[in-house]
Amino acid sequence: MRSLILAAATRVVFPLLLLFSVFLLFRGHNEPGGGFVGGLVAATAYALLALTGGVAAARRVLPARPEVLIGTGLLAALASGLVGLAAGRPFMTGLWGDVSLPVVGKPGTPVLFDAGVYLTVLGVVLLILLTLQEEDEA
Amino acid sequence: MIAAVLSTFAVAALAPLLERRLGRRAAPLLALVPAALFVSFARHVPEVSDGGTRTDALAWIAELGVSLSFRLDGLSLLMALVVTGVGAVVLLYAGSYMEGHPRRGNLLGYLLAFLAAMLGLVLSDNLLGLFVFWEATSLLSYVLIGFEREKAEVRSSALQALLVTGGGGLALLAGFVLLGQAGGSLEIGALAANAEAVKASPLYLPALLLVLLGAFTKSAQVPFHFWLPDAMAAPAPVSTYLHSATMVKAGVFLLARLHPTLGGTPEWTGIVTTVGAATMLTGALLAVGQRDLKRLLAYSTVSALGSLVMLVGVGTPAALAAAMVLLLAHALYKGALFLVAGIVDHETGTRDVASLGGLFRALPVTAVAAAAAAFSMAGLPPLLGFVSKELLYDAALRASPAPLLLVPVAVGSNMLLVAVALSVGWGPFTGRAGETPKAPHEAPAAMWAGPLLLGLGSLAAGLFSGAISPFVSAAAAAALGHPYGVKLELWHGFNLVLAKSLVTLVVGVALFAARGRIRSLAGRLAPIAAYGPGRLYRAGLAGLVRFAKGTASVLSSGSLRQDLRIVLGATVVLAAPLLLTRAVLGTPDALRSVRPLEAVLAFLVVAGAVATVLAGSRLAAVVALGVTGFGVALLFLVFGAPDLAMTQFAVETLSVLLFVAVLRRLPRLQSRSAPRARAVDALLAGAVGAVMTGLVLAVHAEPLRSRLAPFFRESSLALAKGRNVVNVILVDFRGLDTLGEITVLGVAALGVFSLVRLRLSSRAAAAKGDRP
Repeated sequence: MRSLILAAATRVVFPLLLLFSVFLLFRGHNEPGGGFVGGLVAATAYALLALTGGVAAARRVLPARPEVLIGTGLLAALASGLVGLAAGRPFMTGLWGDVSLPVVGKPGTPVLFDAGVYLTVLGVVLLILLTLQEEDEA
Repeated sequence: MIAAVLSTFAVAALAPLLERRLGRRAAPLLALVPAALFVSFARHVPEVSDGGTRTDALAWIAELGVSLSFRLDGLSLLMALVVTGVGAVVLLYAGSYMEGHPRRGNLLGYLLAFLAAMLGLVLSDNLLGLFVFWEATSLLSYVLIGFEREKAEVRSSALQALLVTGGGGLALLAGFVLLGQAGGSLEIGALAANAEAVKASPLYLPALLLVLLGAFTKSAQVPFHFWLPDAMAAPAPVSTYLHSATMVKAGVFLLARLHPTLGGTPEWTGIVTTVGAATMLTGALLAVGQRDLKRLLAYSTVSALGSLVMLVGVGTPAALAAAMVLLLAHALYKGALFLVAGIVDHETGTRDVASLGGLFRALPVTAVAAAAAAFSMAGLPPLLGFVSKELLYDAALRASPAPLLLVPVAVGSNMLLVAVALSVGWGPFTGRAGETPKAPHEAPAAMWAGPLLLGLGSLAAGLFSGAISPFVSAAAAAALGHPYGVKLELWHGFNLVLAKSLVTLVVGVALFAARGRIRSLAGRLAPIAAYGPGRLYRAGLAGLVRFAKGTASVLSSGSLRQDLRIVLGATVVLAAPLLLTRAVLGTPDALRSVRPLEAVLAFLVVAGAVATVLAGSRLAAVVALGVTGFGVALLFLVFGAPDLAMTQFAVETLSVLLFVAVLRRLPRLQSRSAPRARAVDALLAGAVGAVMTGLVLAVHAEPLRSRLAPFFRESSLALAKGRNVVNVILVDFRGLDTLGEITVLGVAALGVFSLVRLRLSSRAAAAKGDRP
């Protein structure tokens, strides 16, 4: 059962949702938002795509396999903690740069950490969702 | 020294790669690592013999007083030389012994890693640093004993060794912590300087008992000795290295190392001496009846470890010097004999001493090495074993508490050990040739070089025992805690000790001549020997597994409904009494100020829940559940928690999508449980709801005294440069928690993934199997 309306809407909504998720990720430090919600919203975007165009379509536009996303996210979160260690401070000390970037705001290790959370959440949800749907299609 | 240990670990990691590239040339190359270490340690011998020490330190967790501090004195240098010297020989041997084995490179890597851990252990001057290396040797010994992992009995032997020594390791950690409390430092040197305070502390006895438990399990003392003979499932080079030369001596080493701090009290002398003497006798008695070459050696090693522990227990200068010489002599002769046993097994295909004989013709070099080692073990002059036995007898004679008890035990054990030595190093090579599965040929040079070197070492150290006296004195002095000089000699003149040595030899040879009868006697006594502590271990392990299975089958039955009942029922049972007795239920003030919007949302949530329960189809239930979820999210929004609301919205949306993915494959909602079961469930659900409501009201009745909320509000921007307190807590203040949570999330997702994949592949396999 394919809904034409949903499929057409997804094509428009998908990039917007992804953009929104990144927006949520970066604004999270000062306004409501953050990596967790961002990851969930991004996962929703891919889930919509998988629902309307099939799992294969969703996988095609995914930059990496969900397992890889989980691993990358965890490594990024860990790395953000190690930065403090490398600077001679305790593990997970938040360190901030002095410059201000356009979208990201001030670059700092918590931002990297939150990006790790974002990737992990996205990977976890998609790994479960896509695997289950694939089993369904098989 | 720290760099040497750490870089050896690094080389160990590269060993499998090296083996793949170089093949059989890898082992000799890897053996160069310990050989080079041996030479560099040997260069410190003159300096250390003069009483010098070297230290090396690297702060690790400074706040807890944990550091990687190394100390090279007589005791650690003696051990380091044994570890690296025997290690080089064993690596060379292992390359040849494991010829053609697909995982030879892994074995070489494990051996080298073990060598590094052992080196770290003997050099450590910090209790916790030592403990880390101690545990590393236990873990690596598990991998090494269980190297032939395809065999079930090999795996169970490896597990047994790990559980016994690992259990002891836990006790040891507790003992170390208590010791640190009692002495105010974790540095062994500082503790020794503070020994009087440690011994006077009320923590002394518990700390001592725990440390002894760790040392006794590691060094296979009665009643924990049973793991060592079973560990003979390991390949020969592993047995040589771990179970004669190094790891089992770690317990003895630790006792000697802590002797200046803990020793000299009646408790120390009483317990350590008794356990050591009992082990010495038990090991010798159990050894003499064995037929398997390696088990013979294993039980005789138990006996030797008992002698060492007994000597450290006696704790006089003479006893500690005897212990140091025995430690060296034993590493030399027992290492050689284990390697010889490996060659004999390798070349003939059997380790049964009853069917071995006349191998001298086929294995002449091995036979010479075996004879030298066996004679040293039997205590024949002019080998080092003779010197060490003389010292042992002398120390036992002059032991202050009970020479009358120790001397017969020592002499009796050594008589039996003479017979064991001859059974291993003499019997298989002389007499009539036996029937063996394989026609024997001399082993390759890489294999006989090791035992020959160690055998000649026994001879050289015996002949020139005068020359090694200063070094042995330095080792004994380190264990004593004050300078000490001993003079080693082959000839002490005609005295009581020499008479005992002669009697030991004569009776031992007689026992060897009667070995056939002793073995058949041992065979008849075997049913009694089966009632050892090993039986207790196996019964305990089986009981533990049964208990775990029993509780698991009750708590996690596999039925989701049943599991939910248990979790929810336990919550009610645990929380309700507390609520009824302790809590002051909240005043209904909070209820009086409900706004109309809140009431509407609350109604929505409740209506969604009721509709979920009553829904006639799964899809309707999902939708109804969604109503509840979105209602809760809106409540969050109303009460000023936008972050929470946003997350809840996203989760609800995804849940619906997830349900849709699963729902299509579930059967129609038809089978309703029996009315009685539904009634019980309803009752339980009502109880859970009541308890949770009560809890929420109770929480609100308590005045909020937390200092955390104001702290987070005030420091969020100041310390973490973020205005969103919720997010700052998640990614900064409590970042470590979040890191743990997302790791759990990732692991859970991988679990789901592999479960689904497993089903898919088994279904695919079944489909393939169905096809004709």
